[in-house]
Amino acid sequence: MSAVRVDSWRGVAGEDMEAVSSNLAGVFRARVRRLLGQLVRPYRRPILGAAALILLKTAATLAIPYLVGLAIDQGVRPGRTGDLNRLLALVVVLGCVMSVAAVANRAFLRLSGRIGQDILLDLRLRLFDHLQALSLSFYERYTSGRIIARLTSDIDALQELLATGLSSVVTAVLSVVAIALILLRLDLRLGLATLVAFPLIVVLTQWFRGQSALSYRAVRTAIALVIVHYTESLAGIRAVQAFRRESRNQEIFVDVVGRYRDANVWSNTLGATFGPGIYLLGRLTTAAVLVYGALLVVQGNLTLGILTAFILYLRQFFEPMQDLSQFYTVFQSASAALEKVSGVLDEEPQVPEPARPLAIERAAGAVELEAVTFGYRDTPVLKDVSLSIPAGQVLALVGETGAGKSTLARLVARFYDPVQGRILLDGTDLRELSSRELRRSVVMVTQESFLFSGTVGENIAFGRPDATRDEVEAAARAVGAATFISSLPQGYDTDVRRRGVRLSSGQRQLVAFARAFLADPRVLILDEATSSLDLPTERLVQRALRSLLRRRTALIIAHRLSTVEIADRVLVIDHGRIVEDGTPAALVSGRGRYHALHAAWLESLA
Amino acid sequence: MGFSVVRRYLPYLRPYWRLVAISGGSGLASLVAATLIPLVIKAVIDGPVTHRRPGELWPFLALLLGLAAAEFGLTFARRHTSGLASFAMEADMRNEFYAHLQGLQVSFHDNWQSGQLLSRCVADINTIRRYIGFGLVFMIVMVCTFLVVLAMLVRLDPLLALVTGIAAVPVVWLGHRFHREYRSIARRVQDQQGDVTTVIEESATGVRIIKAFGRGSDMLRRFEKEARALRELNLESVRVRAGLWTLLVYIPNLNLAAILLLGGYGVIQGQLTIGGLVAFISYLFMLNGPMDALGWILSMGEEARTASDRLEEVLRTQSDIVSRPGALRLEESSGRIRFEGVGFRYPGSEEWILRHVDLDLVPGETLAIVGRTGSGKTTLASLVPRLYDVSEGRITLDGHDLRELTLSSLRAQIGMAFEDPILFSASVRENLLMGRPEAGEEQIRRALAIAQAGFVDDLPWGLETRVGEQGYSLSGGQRQRLALARAVLGSPRVLVLDDPLSSVDVHTEALIEKALASVLRGVTALLVVHRPSTLALADRVALIEDGRVSALGTHHQLLEEVPLYRALLAQQAEEVAS
Repeated sequence: MSAVRVDSWRGVAGEDMEAVSSNLAGVFRARVRRLLGQLVRPYRRPILGAAALILLKTAATLAIPYLVGLAIDQGVRPGRTGDLNRLLALVVVLGCVMSVAAVANRAFLRLSGRIGQDILLDLRLRLFDHLQALSLSFYERYTSGRIIARLTSDIDALQELLATGLSSVVTAVLSVVAIALILLRLDLRLGLATLVAFPLIVVLTQWFRGQSALSYRAVRTAIALVIVHYTESLAGIRAVQAFRRESRNQEIFVDVVGRYRDANVWSNTLGATFGPGIYLLGRLTTAAVLVYGALLVVQGNLTLGILTAFILYLRQFFEPMQDLSQFYTVFQSASAALEKVSGVLDEEPQVPEPARPLAIERAAGAVELEAVTFGYRDTPVLKDVSLSIPAGQVLALVGETGAGKSTLARLVARFYDPVQGRILLDGTDLRELSSRELRRSVVMVTQESFLFSGTVGENIAFGRPDATRDEVEAAARAVGAATFISSLPQGYDTDVRRRGVRLSSGQRQLVAFARAFLADPRVLILDEATSSLDLPTERLVQRALRSLLRRRTALIIAHRLSTVEIADRVLVIDHGRIVEDGTPAALVSGRGRYHALHAAWLESLA
Repeated sequence: MGFSVVRRYLPYLRPYWRLVAISGGSGLASLVAATLIPLVIKAVIDGPVTHRRPGELWPFLALLLGLAAAEFGLTFARRHTSGLASFAMEADMRNEFYAHLQGLQVSFHDNWQSGQLLSRCVADINTIRRYIGFGLVFMIVMVCTFLVVLAMLVRLDPLLALVTGIAAVPVVWLGHRFHREYRSIARRVQDQQGDVTTVIEESATGVRIIKAFGRGSDMLRRFEKEARALRELNLESVRVRAGLWTLLVYIPNLNLAAILLLGGYGVIQGQLTIGGLVAFISYLFMLNGPMDALGWILSMGEEARTASDRLEEVLRTQSDIVSRPGALRLEESSGRIRFEGVGFRYPGSEEWILRHVDLDLVPGETLAIVGRTGSGKTTLASLVPRLYDVSEGRITLDGHDLRELTLSSLRAQIGMAFEDPILFSASVRENLLMGRPEAGEEQIRRALAIAQAGFVDDLPWGLETRVGEQGYSLSGGQRQRLALARAVLGSPRVLVLDDPLSSVDVHTEALIEKALASVLRGVTALLVVHRPSTLALADRVALIEDGRVSALGTHHQLLEEVPLYRALLAQQAEEVAS
């Protein structure tokens, strides 16, 4: 970090996720092609059908001018009333051809639209499903804004390709091939002369491919930045307004939107060079053919009529080439989006599902840590921690913030896997349990009290979706959430985003608790889960906990030692190591850290 | 036909009228060049070739190459400048939308699904740009072509032109019906897109809870439901579009057949020349391209129109919480805060959250707010920096109704810490300096010391370390301490601290309280408190019950006199003792 960067406000983080070295371009291209292939493969038959329909439509459309010409040549001669029947017959044929074109077109539009929507749905589901399998560390690294960008605007970019791609490619290729044949048949020498342009077209296309891949990649990166800043700043709108950060935010937003605009302008400029460039090559070819043809005509080796026809067709040859270049531009844009999407799809889950999961009938809830070491990036957090929690024990973790308590809890919930050592549930390594099995047995409640849109009841039922209404209400009653819920306008059916409803953070925590209660796990992990509750409510929750925790294993992290009182055993953690271990009573009467903490806490109550 | 979108958003193009003019001008000029090229070719064939004078070929060739180069340059200029203008317009619209959202009061954000807002800001503005950038140009070209062709047709043969005119009637009717039908579909597609975005956003931000309960497959099911609904709606729009696009070509085609029949009859009867008929038909062919494009543009126009409706719904919402005209700029407050008969209910709700609240904080006083979960403490605290406005009564600062002060001067007096410590993806320094960019190094150090946030120096890049979602992960307690440091930075006259130490361990809490005590001596503070420990900092305590202040006094007074207060705060010690 030598000079002051324009965006030094962002601060320094380890690596930048989106930085891409250009020598990876080949790898990306192959990856995109593979993904595109996978997406298209299930629809090979419908795509062939659609191609057949568009062929039919194109053929019928091309027949129209031909038939009109025929009708005029053969059916319309001044004063020849006998031609009228012929004219009538040809017009009827014409009408039929037109109807065929219309029917084929409508069928094509509907079929190709369906294929496109199906592919988009497949991709959306596949990406979403994959994201569910990825571990928390991925989310923390990648950030929610980027995930949103991948699932929304990147997929929209593909939509355009699917909407227009097939018809323009088929039509254009068809016309190019047909006219190329006509050209070669008209005059082989002139036809070969036309081919001279092809190396130039290849060179131009190669240039465009390289440049536009960079520019569209910049577009995708920039829109992700826009979404990241947008979602993050508006999610914290209270702090933004309270601290008058609006103008600074606006500056940053204008900056990232400006990058998006510039990347778009760059892509557009490349397209504006490529498309007309192809056309220019067409004009040059025409000029060359004209000169060559003129010389041939002057030498008497070519008729004037053929030269004229050739030049007229040549024009029709480069018209669809223009369409193809347009298609290629859209394709490049979609490729850049697919490149980002495939990057996520290629991400291996850090906490993978076991290939052959072991089943536990009904977990007893014994948890064992064997020489567990863990760190984020390069910072070690837990060092060689061994710990055995018998089934049914309530264990409290205390220690200063940042000591590693939450990390330990998250490892037991398998949000991460240890770097070294292993964690066992009833003697089975967590890595060998299916996530279904694991999540049924181990549930974690954090201080983060996020509510999903929907009703209060649905938010509680998140703990066990098949729960009946009675069970949901019983869970709410058990943790003392029933009182406030019944005072809501529609009780359990109150939408949490409804006008005039805003649950306080304490109420949200109660909902989170009810959720965990309903889930009925063997091992319950509470990470600061009661920090926003008032004391009577917290006591209520604790009373509920006492009955809830009977016959269950629990890991409780709390700064309030009142919560710790219900524990059978206390661990004091300091700098990633267990420094004290014993019953609360034993530790209080000792002379260690817990004794000091407890004394400080008692003093704070006075 | 989407003209209202044009009217509404054309002002955004105004700053770029030069670019638009260049684009239009070069577009016309490139058309001229393109039309001249066949004439030159014709001249070559009629001249040097027919007369077998190859020597005369070269000037024509030079002309041809010159025209081709000009055509290329002009087309490039048209597309480049129209890109510059339309993308710049898009950026302006997005910036304005974002600025508007930032200015809207918190209750607006409470009530809107964030995914719906995001899809407006990204997808809908894109849709409008595409229409203004491409669709509009086509629309103009098309209208011109129609008028020219129509004029030619009438001149050639009024009777056949009349037939063509009759054929136009179903086209117009079709357009009208499409407008009605497609509009509602386009709107539903966009709304559904917003719903899909909402699920995506929730699954990304709520990932820890989803993981904790292993509900990934349920989220997937929810997402699948929304994504499938989006697919169904899109298929419906495909069906409607397919019908329109097909008929828009089919009807003119049938007209062509009719013209051929009638015109052919006319020729046979001698009322029309073959040349006239051929010319008429070739003009009709000229309409093929535009008719093909018309369907596309009509649908694009409808989409842009509904997208702009969706934007308008947000832009139309005016923030209630703004600086009034002629509002007073408060330079340096003494810190006297009075709540006079304050009542609050969320907009659109019947239920009072706070009612008849009267409080008087003298400068330098620290008042603690105590109450049950959900009793309205946080709402009360949010009223001071005007994150919400009172529904009745008033709050004054130095005797001025808060609503008579400029918003920025009011908020400049207040340091605030929320129960949920909100940090942004920026350096620690930037996060601390939010709202007080003028604060110096020394003040930062002091604030960090008060909040016991010395851990900052152990971060890999110290104060420059990026924190927040995209940065270094901090523990809950660490984040809370940074949020507290931010609140006290620059010695604001008023501090509003909403349960700022809930995630801090007992030991650190004691240190912070000691340091805070010295800070609080000089400022007026409103302290939302769940714990007895923090109460030592307060001069007086207000107990909130069902949205009213039910008791007011010192901690010890209330402890003695008010049973609920005892229940809320004291029993804990008893319980431990027992």
